[in-house]
Amino acid sequence: MYDCLIIGAGVVGAATARELSKYNLKIAVLEKGTEVCQGTSKSNSAIVHGGYDASYGTLKGKLNVRGTRLFEDLSKELNIPFDKCGSLVLAFNDEDEKKLEELYENGQKNGVKGLKIIEKDEILMMEPNVSREVTKALYCSEAGIICPFNATFAFIENAMDNGVELFLDEKVIGIDKGDDAIIVRTEKGIEFQTKILINSAGLYSDEIANLAGDYEFSVNPRRGEYRILDKKVSDIVKHVIFTTPTKAGKGVLVSPTVHGNIIVGPTSDPIEDKEDTRTTDLGINKVDEVALRLVPNLALNETIRVFAGVRASISQGDFLIYESKNIKGILHLGGIDSPGLASSPAIAEEVRDFVAKYINLVKKTDFVKERRAIPHFYDLSDAEKEEILKTNPNYKKIICRCEMITEGEIVEAIHRNAGARTVDGIKRRVRPGSGRCQGGFCGPRVLEILSRELGIPVEEILKESQGSNIVVGRTKGVL
Amino acid sequence: MEYDCIVIGGGPAGLAAAIEAKDNGADKVCIIERDRELGGILNQCIHNGFGLHEFKEELTGPEYAYRFIEEVYKRDIDVYLNTMVMDLSKGKEVVALGEKGLMNFKAKSVVLAMGCRERTAGAIGVKGFRPAGVYNAGMAQRLINMEGYLVGKEVVIYGSGDIGLIMARRMTLEGANVKAVVEIMPHSSGLNRNIHQCLNDFNIPLLLSHKVVEIHGKSRVEGVTIAEVDNKFNEIDGTREYISCDTLLLSVGLIPENELSQKAEVTLDPRTKGALVDSNMQTEIPGVFSCGNVLHVHDIVDFVTRESRIAGRNAARFVRGELNNSKYVDVYAGDKLNYVLPQRIALDDENGALICFRSRKIYRNPTVKIYTDDKLLKEKKYKIIVPSEMIQIPLKSDVIRDVKGSIRVDIEGEEND
Repeated sequence: MYDCLIIGAGVVGAATARELSKYNLKIAVLEKGTEVCQGTSKSNSAIVHGGYDASYGTLKGKLNVRGTRLFEDLSKELNIPFDKCGSLVLAFNDEDEKKLEELYENGQKNGVKGLKIIEKDEILMMEPNVSREVTKALYCSEAGIICPFNATFAFIENAMDNGVELFLDEKVIGIDKGDDAIIVRTEKGIEFQTKILINSAGLYSDEIANLAGDYEFSVNPRRGEYRILDKKVSDIVKHVIFTTPTKAGKGVLVSPTVHGNIIVGPTSDPIEDKEDTRTTDLGINKVDEVALRLVPNLALNETIRVFAGVRASISQGDFLIYESKNIKGILHLGGIDSPGLASSPAIAEEVRDFVAKYINLVKKTDFVKERRAIPHFYDLSDAEKEEILKTNPNYKKIICRCEMITEGEIVEAIHRNAGARTVDGIKRRVRPGSGRCQGGFCGPRVLEILSRELGIPVEEILKESQGSNIVVGRTKGVL
Repeated sequence: MEYDCIVIGGGPAGLAAAIEAKDNGADKVCIIERDRELGGILNQCIHNGFGLHEFKEELTGPEYAYRFIEEVYKRDIDVYLNTMVMDLSKGKEVVALGEKGLMNFKAKSVVLAMGCRERTAGAIGVKGFRPAGVYNAGMAQRLINMEGYLVGKEVVIYGSGDIGLIMARRMTLEGANVKAVVEIMPHSSGLNRNIHQCLNDFNIPLLLSHKVVEIHGKSRVEGVTIAEVDNKFNEIDGTREYISCDTLLLSVGLIPENELSQKAEVTLDPRTKGALVDSNMQTEIPGVFSCGNVLHVHDIVDFVTRESRIAGRNAARFVRGELNNSKYVDVYAGDKLNYVLPQRIALDDENGALICFRSRKIYRNPTVKIYTDDKLLKEKKYKIIVPSEMIQIPLKSDVIRDVKGSIRVDIEGEEND
């Protein structure tokens, strides 16, 4: 019997697991994917928003500001790549400027620090490449950029260091009220019993809620398409550059990433299928049009990847965090779209407070607060490099030449808690395949390393999901 | 450690350059190769057709490479395998990481021979899903020919670059069904002989003026939608067609890999994406040379060898203090050329210059003319010039010695698609 069971290992589920792991609780996380961080958490703008956008009085407003503040310490404790680079919302006319005033006021009410409206000269001094048509901007020093993958990995790794169990490839298909426990059944036929159940299933949170007999919300998936630009054009902007937001969302942004690329996007289009992560001509053209209005010299021809993610939006508009009307002890986390990533540590605190209503929370005396990142060999000092090389010869071998990733980093990514099992899992943890050659050179070697370290044949190595095998068999004549 | 000449990259360019540098008096020479063996991409090119110019016979890629590897090992040339150059400075200091750990070298001359990489689906912005089963043709070639894995059974190839054409045949021979080669241009970007030997002989259709508009399949590729394009590469309405397949191979171009060159502040040519070089293959940094596919993308390896010998020989001359040209003129590409190399010619060099270029379009019975001001320096007639084939024309030193102004290379003749 578990004290807490968490459905979904996206950034919210992972942050929740980590928060709860501070206490003497028996906790497990169930994830339907082959790895953690395979849903919305893997494909988004990678922004820790300032918190001026979500309306005062909403959960989004409150949790965004709190979450962004929490990330300051968390990023240090857990070694999450996070850069508080600041953001600028650009105005181009009177109407936009009026909107900036509203955002400023709203931000003040939400308790956002470091907000100010700045004039054209100052904007162009901070960002010489934004459009000269700009009239004013809302600057927020608290906003930043983050690695959403390694945020999720850091949370889950640290949670597991503190005793949390993780079950992958476990899709929940039934939730029932038992005599003194909640019973959760998975597709594989396993039954989990728990006192508290947290539904952080993101895009599928409505379906999980339905399993518990709750029908208060349904997810209306909205797709966002993006471009990632080559590192060589990363000098173009230093802050997160936003358009003035509209009802449809915060609009298209142009931003550096913590990895040194430029991200451009997203669109916001309603779709039928929650897994429709297609990119489209229409979508990318829309992105280009707005992005070029913000930054006219943006080198879109230096694109190395186009991708799309899907938001778990709901009609209520705000985060919908509530206890099941049907089964006591189940907490639904509905409608976690933007600013879900920024809010994730604060959502975790909300969950903690919910758990405290049922279980007397006692802090662990041996809680491990810190998590070490996988060192990026290339960025280390010469002395540090020599030190690592003495103990681990795997670091002598560069596997990914675009991002300069060694075999040592890849092997460590596989053998950590919640370690990588797929090619994309390796890519998200330590980046081979995310550079300009997109795995053209390192792909075969990553396959070989995964196969060797996991002890499974190359034919069984997946790109990401079940069925995404990279090779289909041996060639003729190979024994 | 100090070297007279450090060659970065042990593919065909690096091999030829190292041998030539050594034979021309560079005493201490080394090759730094990131892979586990010398030979570069030739090792995965198990088809034949290499060496017709160089050896007057048809060799496979590994055989062609082996002829040079043997020569390297006959000489006192240091070879560092599994070793990656991490940094290169303008002052010719090299930091490498390999079996011996971190190594710091100092070189009197450096030959850049790092080759090229393939353009990707992301770079050309193919829309749709991003499932397993989308591979660059070169990566698939490595998996099949070197690692022994079949990447798919029902294949569409996007782009008619040579690697794509070669892979169409290779996949067919492995039992895969290659359904089509889709090319956005109105002409193939691969060699004519490959169209015949790799597509026509196996009844694989080449769909010119077509593009892949969408990739289908969430986990593994399930199919692609293709469409015809007009002469501005815009999709023509009503021409969409779905082809079911489990694999999409991309052969949509090669890009010289000059990230390291840029660390050493070598100036690049936006057209070739390789270094600006003079007729001795020297970049704008004295003592740093560039050759092979890192300089510009070649069609056949024999031409890589030819060019790399020039680079190696001059690296040695530089070390011996014998590279002292002082009269240079610029070389310009005419409108009908995509680019021309070298970008500068040393007029007072006894070895003359080797002009290389590619055309923008197809020309039948054209004449290549090389001018300075209004004076014709050299002309040469061809039966056909196509963008997929590189043209090399040597200029002897007596032809260029007295040139005053810049040199211009162009094609005279009618366009023919």
